Amino acid sequence: MELSGTEIIVESLKQEKVKVIFGIIGAAIMPLYDTFGKTKKLPFENILTRHEQGAIHAADGYARATGEVGVCIATSGPGATNLVTGLANAYLDSVPLVAFTGQVPTYMVGNDAFQEVDITGITLPITKNNYIARRVEDLASIIKEAFYIARSGRPGPVLIDLPKDVQQAKCQFKYPDKINRKGYKPSCKGHIRQIKAAAKKIMEAEKPVIIAGGGIINANASEELQKVALKTNIPVINTFMGLGSFPKNHPLYLGMLGMYGQYTANRTISSADLIIALGTRFDDRITGNLNQFCPHAEVIHIDIDPAEIGKNVAVKIPIVGDLKHILHQLNDYLDERKNSSWLAEIKKIREKITPQLEEEKGELRPKYIIKCINEFFKGEAIIVTDVGQHQMWAANYCQFMHPRTFISSGGLGTMGYGFPAAIGAKFGCPKKPVVCISGDGSFQMNIQELATAIYNRLPIIVVLMNNGYLGMVRQLQELFCDRRYVSTSLAGSPDFIKIVEGYGGVGFRVNKKEEFYPILEKAYGMNQFVLIDCQIPQEENTFPMVQPGSSINKMMGVEQS
Amino acid sequence: MKHTIAILVEDQPGVMARVASLFTRRGFNIESIAVGHSEKAGISRMTIITSGDEKVLEQVTKQLNKLIDVIRVRDISPRNVIERELILVKVHTDSLSIRAEIIQLVEIFKAKVVYVERDTLTIEMSGDEEKVSGLLELIKPFGIIEIVRTGRIAIARTKNNGQRT
Repeated sequence: MELSGTEIIVESLKQEKVKVIFGIIGAAIMPLYDTFGKTKKLPFENILTRHEQGAIHAADGYARATGEVGVCIATSGPGATNLVTGLANAYLDSVPLVAFTGQVPTYMVGNDAFQEVDITGITLPITKNNYIARRVEDLASIIKEAFYIARSGRPGPVLIDLPKDVQQAKCQFKYPDKINRKGYKPSCKGHIRQIKAAAKKIMEAEKPVIIAGGGIINANASEELQKVALKTNIPVINTFMGLGSFPKNHPLYLGMLGMYGQYTANRTISSADLIIALGTRFDDRITGNLNQFCPHAEVIHIDIDPAEIGKNVAVKIPIVGDLKHILHQLNDYLDERKNSSWLAEIKKIREKITPQLEEEKGELRPKYIIKCINEFFKGEAIIVTDVGQHQMWAANYCQFMHPRTFISSGGLGTMGYGFPAAIGAKFGCPKKPVVCISGDGSFQMNIQELATAIYNRLPIIVVLMNNGYLGMVRQLQELFCDRRYVSTSLAGSPDFIKIVEGYGGVGFRVNKKEEFYPILEKAYGMNQFVLIDCQIPQEENTFPMVQPGSSINKMMGVEQS
Repeated sequence: MKHTIAILVEDQPGVMARVASLFTRRGFNIESIAVGHSEKAGISRMTIITSGDEKVLEQVTKQLNKLIDVIRVRDISPRNVIERELILVKVHTDSLSIRAEIIQLVEIFKAKVVYVERDTLTIEMSGDEEKVSGLLELIKPFGIIEIVRTGRIAIARTKNNGQRT
């Protein structure tokens, strides 16, 4: 039977088992939406967001929460360019997405037609691959390929540009069974000789440490990671992207590494003699000054992407492949070991840090807010954050127990990501509680998605850390610019409760410490969208931190005895 | 150090832009780039001449390998390859004696005169870098009007020789 381009898209999405799409309609993508309207039983939910950036971040949050490919749709021109930030965000954090964009008809492409942009040109460096479907006959295989490329190997976003006449043209439809691209054969199995060499090195090392990155989560390898760590008693440090891959309350867990990481983690890594780096790209935020990073350590680096090996840090034993597979094999070659003296040394590093002073009575502070969230949800909620101080507080203090329970913009640091991503996560995991920890700066960058959340009756709890500043930059101005707070005050912000109420939702304001927990309890019990506006001290800082360009060994804001 | 990078790509629109953007982003100057069909249908071969920091070039090569349209990337060492470039050059010939002198040079270099006007000569030559720049150097004083170069192409001498992946 002959199908139109748009019918082919709907059929193909069904074949790919897509459950929800996020998007905004426009002239050049109207044929596709019209087919949604004509289809008797649409195989997926069609969610209208209020901005294309909201749509793509929602698709991204959905993908991170479920591990499936997120799908978003935008029209040509401004609709397409509004996806750019979201694509870059997904590209840097290796999130599987397929984005469809409308395009002017093929015979007008290149004429500067109304709402025409060269979106495949624009997104070339921020997509894993992109396509312009010039012939309806190619559409099915392009979609098949796009989904395969997005989710396989190192995941990433793929964009498909759909000229209007191609959407309307007809051809025979057959969804291909498989794809065969000569230039794309992601490696899966690790080299067995390298795995054996790594096992030997691990057994010989005196001070080994595991750095578990986002690759563990992408590969669904948390279980394998825990088996290896427990068998060998090797302490585990997470990168920001790896949070949730190892239970935070485990004695072998040392915290997050890097610029705003934990002192114990940064210090331990600096005295280690072997680093087992799993699915991490040694980003500058975790290494600090590269010349002073892990001066005594040799590195075993396991990653699916060969381009990451040796990019920033010299590697002794590289293994390229799927982490789940490799860790499973590696475990067979490892013997049990105690590591007593090394663990004792780490314990001493830990004890040297003076615990931070208890918070003053009555004052509502970020650490306490997160303590309440931990007590209430016990690590069973999906925590989605925006970008800034609140993000680092969440990363450091939230009790992550499971993979895919921490969703945050790592590589790109996209303010405005969190709230729409929380919407996507809730669509992906409707049974799990979803808490969006945001800031008054970030939240206002995609505040329009209140409509999407409230209209769709999503019981998301937004915990707004409201300090009246773009706090992370304000902190840097305080420390490095003699407190010249230029352009960081958010004076002029709205009454967030009224805004939420305007959209038909519920909001609470919390000023005092003792009010927070009961309000959180109440909010959860209401089973609807609730925003909690937490008035925190204006000049609260995120400590400890590493000064940009300095060694991660040297942290500000930590007292050692 | 100069590098000759041979890339096999699928014949897809946009593949040149993808390859070129990886170089430009890392501040690499592409000295020359030559593209043409390979021995297999649907597959083209690019030869890129570039120079720059070894570590960065290694990263560029790895990133090239990640492109979906790219099938294989080789950094081929100059010792084991045959390199050629084709040039067309138009040169002033103010007098008969100058014309004769240039034609003599053309013969020595085994080049070819492909067009003659009253006061210009157009020369075609192919050869390796040394030969091409040798001829250009010698005819420069007569006044070069225009040069067109194809950019270098390269092929390994033996079946499996001359490649560093």
